[in-house]
Amino acid sequence: MEYFLSEQQKTLKSLARQIAEQRILPVRAELDEKEEFPWDLIKEMASSDLLRVFIPEEYDGLGGGCFDLCLVVEELSRACGGIAISYAANALGVLPLMLYGSDSQKAKYLPAVASGNRLAAFAVTEATAGSDASAIRTSAKRDGDQYVLNGTKQFITNGGEAEIYTVVVMTDAAKGSRGASALVVEKGTPGFTFGKKEKKMGIRSSATRELVFRDCRVPAENLISREGMGFIVAMRTLDRSRPGVGAQAVGIAQGALEAAVEYAQQRVQFGHPISAIQAVQHMLANMATELEAARALVYATARTIDAGAKSFTEESAMAKLFASDMAMRVTTDAVQILAGAGYMRDYPVEKMMRDAKITQIYEGTNQVIRSAIALEVLKRKAKLE
Amino acid sequence: MTSDGSGDIWVVTEQRDGRTKAPSIALIGKARKLAGERQSRLTAVCLSQVVEDAAQLAAYGADRVYLLDGPVPDDWNDDAYVKELVDLARREKPDVILATSGSLSSSVIPRMAVALDTGVSPNCISLDFDHQSRMLVQTRPAFGGSLMANVVFPNRRPQIATVRPHAFKKGDPDPSRQGEMIRVDFDRQAVSAKTKLLNVVKDLSGKVRLDEAEVVVCGGRGLGKAENFQMVAELAEVLGAALGTSRPPVDDGWVPYAHQVGQTGKIVSPRLYIACGVAGAPQHLAGMQTSEIIVAINEDPRAPIFEVATYGMVGDLFKIVPLLTKKLREARG
Amino acid sequence: MNVIVCIKQVPAKIKIEIDPKTSALASGGVDRAINPPDLYALEEGIRIKEKTKGKVTVLTVGPAKADESLKEAIGYGADDAVLLSDPAFEGSDTWATSLVLAKAIRKIGQFDLVLCGKQSIDGETGQVGPMLGEALGVPFVSLVNRIDELGQESIKMMRMSDEGHQLIEMTLPGVITVVKEINVPRIPSLRGLMAAKKAAITVWNARELGIDPATVGMAGSPTRVSRVFFPQRASQGEMLQGDPESQVEQLVERLRQTRAI
Ligand SMILES: Cc1cc2nc3c(=O)[nH]c(=O)nc-3n(C[C@H](O)[C@H](O)[C@H](O)COP(=O)(O)OP(=O)(O)OC[C@H]3O[C@@H](n4cnc5c(N)ncnc54)[C@H](O)[C@@H]3O)c2cc1C
Ligand SMILES: Cc1cc2nc3c(=O)[nH]c(=O)nc-3n(C[C@H](O)[C@H](O)[C@H](O)COP(=O)(O)OP(=O)(O)OC[C@H]3O[C@@H](n4cnc5c(N)ncnc54)[C@H](O)[C@@H]3O)c2cc1C
Repeated sequence: MEYFLSEQQKTLKSLARQIAEQRILPVRAELDEKEEFPWDLIKEMASSDLLRVFIPEEYDGLGGGCFDLCLVVEELSRACGGIAISYAANALGVLPLMLYGSDSQKAKYLPAVASGNRLAAFAVTEATAGSDASAIRTSAKRDGDQYVLNGTKQFITNGGEAEIYTVVVMTDAAKGSRGASALVVEKGTPGFTFGKKEKKMGIRSSATRELVFRDCRVPAENLISREGMGFIVAMRTLDRSRPGVGAQAVGIAQGALEAAVEYAQQRVQFGHPISAIQAVQHMLANMATELEAARALVYATARTIDAGAKSFTEESAMAKLFASDMAMRVTTDAVQILAGAGYMRDYPVEKMMRDAKITQIYEGTNQVIRSAIALEVLKRKAKLE
Repeated sequence: MTSDGSGDIWVVTEQRDGRTKAPSIALIGKARKLAGERQSRLTAVCLSQVVEDAAQLAAYGADRVYLLDGPVPDDWNDDAYVKELVDLARREKPDVILATSGSLSSSVIPRMAVALDTGVSPNCISLDFDHQSRMLVQTRPAFGGSLMANVVFPNRRPQIATVRPHAFKKGDPDPSRQGEMIRVDFDRQAVSAKTKLLNVVKDLSGKVRLDEAEVVVCGGRGLGKAENFQMVAELAEVLGAALGTSRPPVDDGWVPYAHQVGQTGKIVSPRLYIACGVAGAPQHLAGMQTSEIIVAINEDPRAPIFEVATYGMVGDLFKIVPLLTKKLREARG
Repeated sequence: MNVIVCIKQVPAKIKIEIDPKTSALASGGVDRAINPPDLYALEEGIRIKEKTKGKVTVLTVGPAKADESLKEAIGYGADDAVLLSDPAFEGSDTWATSLVLAKAIRKIGQFDLVLCGKQSIDGETGQVGPMLGEALGVPFVSLVNRIDELGQESIKMMRMSDEGHQLIEMTLPGVITVVKEINVPRIPSLRGLMAAKKAAITVWNARELGIDPATVGMAGSPTRVSRVFFPQRASQGEMLQGDPESQVEQLVERLRQTRAI
């Protein structure tokens, strides 16, 4: 479909594709196998300005919005979902600052992220607080002009590799979810260490680690917005970032569809390419249709956000939900079309299937996402405006 | 130039270790035929005076052999070669100058052409005289070989073409043919040395990069064991080809992974792919089926490789491959 | 150091197809790109400029829309670009193209090194670089795969020969063609590419270059393409018969006929 991209967006998309095809494709299987974080690829993205895309212009960024970010994430994901998430989680890490940070906080952190000198990460999840984010226990006690952090965050993307962490902690447990606050913690702060890199099913080149805080002292000026705003910051951040997960899903599915089409035209059984078999054709037709529907929803949501819509919790949740479920189906069908070959690690589609799975889990499991959507639907009684 | 415009034909030959390279000899043979058709004189030009087999050039058809004052044979002195060829051509005004493609055509030949105020038709695969226009019609590939073009020189002379190394079959020598041997002395000092050869690094491995090779010889599990790869390596050598393999020989450690062709190896698309003892599994075909010409040697007539083969040979590769190597080696001389 | 890089705009895909209705040649759609082998020359030029605090000027002979490729080259890091364009240049062969380039370089005046790619992916001649060297009357070295030393007066480099490699010293100014072993071209930056889209591209025509239109283009070119045709494909799927000797005999004959060897 023609999505009428601007000149800059076309250039951005083709640049991301150039990086994906020339630099990522040749190494994706190896990085997956070795579970290696792709630092040199991050550097390459930085030098080509891809890390500037989502940062405002006054902080050395390109001022692109949610849509520009989605275009890049999609292109990177088409080659490798793991590398794409390392890129996207960096954007997620600075979103709280972009939305709620003070001018001096922005001036301190955003240019370094724009240039790629420092990566960022965002941390809410804990062992006992997954879907139920309000159950977080990591505490930050005010002590003079410092906060003292104690607790452990879990499953944090870019953990250990990033320099800048936006962390949601409890400043006043008694207030429940109104007692949470968001803070910036820099790598290297005494009392801040990392757990070992998790061994994952998919997106294996990305780094996922625990963040461990033991009497970790952070300057009070690192507080983002006000005390008690922690969950608001987190929710608004996720509202903006979920279309990015949708874009990741769209990109992974695109890669899988291409691989399936290519294989179907080559593989001969019963004397003709399997692409001549109607059962296979219909699978391909469904894959392509669902993929395009998901892409259209993700793009429309991202553009809505960029156009300045006030509330988009529902749209953003829908984009993530629909695209991630679609990606799971499309990658599973791609493996089905390649069949035995698809099940082998020598072919790319089994990795895509493994990579697709995470998009149904993080930034809200699809069950939680559905509940959130349902809540909105019921609130407005599903009336068309 | 003779009155009817059919002047001399020159072939600029290449020597290594004082001996003329086989493609140059083959080109002399082709030029002999062209010269015969229009009764022109054929001159072989050697860029060195140390040519042991100069008499051979006459035997293959040269009426005259020019031995240009060269430094040490194999030495590199493009500036001098250009100057000498240009001086000589200005004096003698040949109608046609031919050379094989390779290093010469990436430098000496086009530079000589510009100095003589004429063009070059590079990398030709066939040469014919058009008797009506009395022009040389040069056929050369473009667009990755997907297109052929006939090239002519409507009004400039000499007509200069370089040809692919194996475009022509070596002719039959006639030892009784005598050629005139002419030494041409040049004042090398007069060539202002703007380029200087400092060192030569010979690449002894003779390795051709698999994904760039024009010809690939591939051995599969049918070879039986590592030692037998020597046989296909020899065939590859004669053809100037890269060595490929299927997955099993790599898994068994007979051949390094870098040689694997296929889905999980290299994707190749050479002009000629010779598969020896390869079954032709889809994963292998995925890496080579776009090759222009595929030759399959397999003892099992039902092997799927025959479905993509341009030329199929059912039989024992241990008989066929050495025969083929021998035959090609003879043809090369 | 003043570096000049000569690039060519080529079809982005070189797949040639015949239109089944009109039998016309369709050369892979309308997308055009910088000739991939030229990207190595451009990269090397930019590296030299970065090392020597010099300047890279990119030249191309082509139609008006070839300016897109020049802008892209600026996006990669070239400082300046000149499009050499004139209806009179159409149909130029390698000789005429190198003549136009030589005139443009003479017009630019000061230069130390001219870099060209090994060959174009459409015409595949590899002749423009060496011809340009001769037309400029400066030294020339082909197939350079490594630059070892670059001084004010001379350059030391490795070139690929038929038998291996040669280390060569060349006085400057001069012209070289480079092969892809020489570097890994960078990926340009978005800001660079966007800024380059606005770059003003100088255009010089035949008159401005002092070129007599009769000496270039179809009319002025020494060589002319008299016919274009599709190569005869080897016949598909022939099983060679007979004993091994006669099979080998037949194979060699077939390969020769189809010019595969
Ligand atoms: C690779 C990876 C990277 C991650 N990166 C980050 C990161 O960078 N930052 C970060 O903060 N977190 C990150 N996470 C955490 C991620 O967001 C959580 O895993 C996710 O929110 C789900 O939490 P959980 O795993 O604890 O599942 P649980 O909450 O234990 O859920 C278990 C099951 O119960 C269902 N369930 C639970 N509650 C409900 C409900 N209310 N309604 C319906 N169903 C429900 C879930 O859908 C699921 O099926 C990452 C996780 C992974 C695996
Ligand atoms: C995920 C995956 C990826 C793969 N990737 C690749 C890949 O990249 N490249 C690849 O090549 N394979 C790949 N394979 C393996 C592929 O499926 C085949 O197993 C392999 O190509 C077979 O190699 P072969 O033809 O050499 O061996 P075989 O199948 O054992 O065939 C040997 C052939 O030699 C013939 N032969 C034996 N002796 C003689 C003789 N004396 N004279 C003549 N003929 C003889 C036999 O008739 C037979 O046809 C992959 C497989 C999988 C599952």
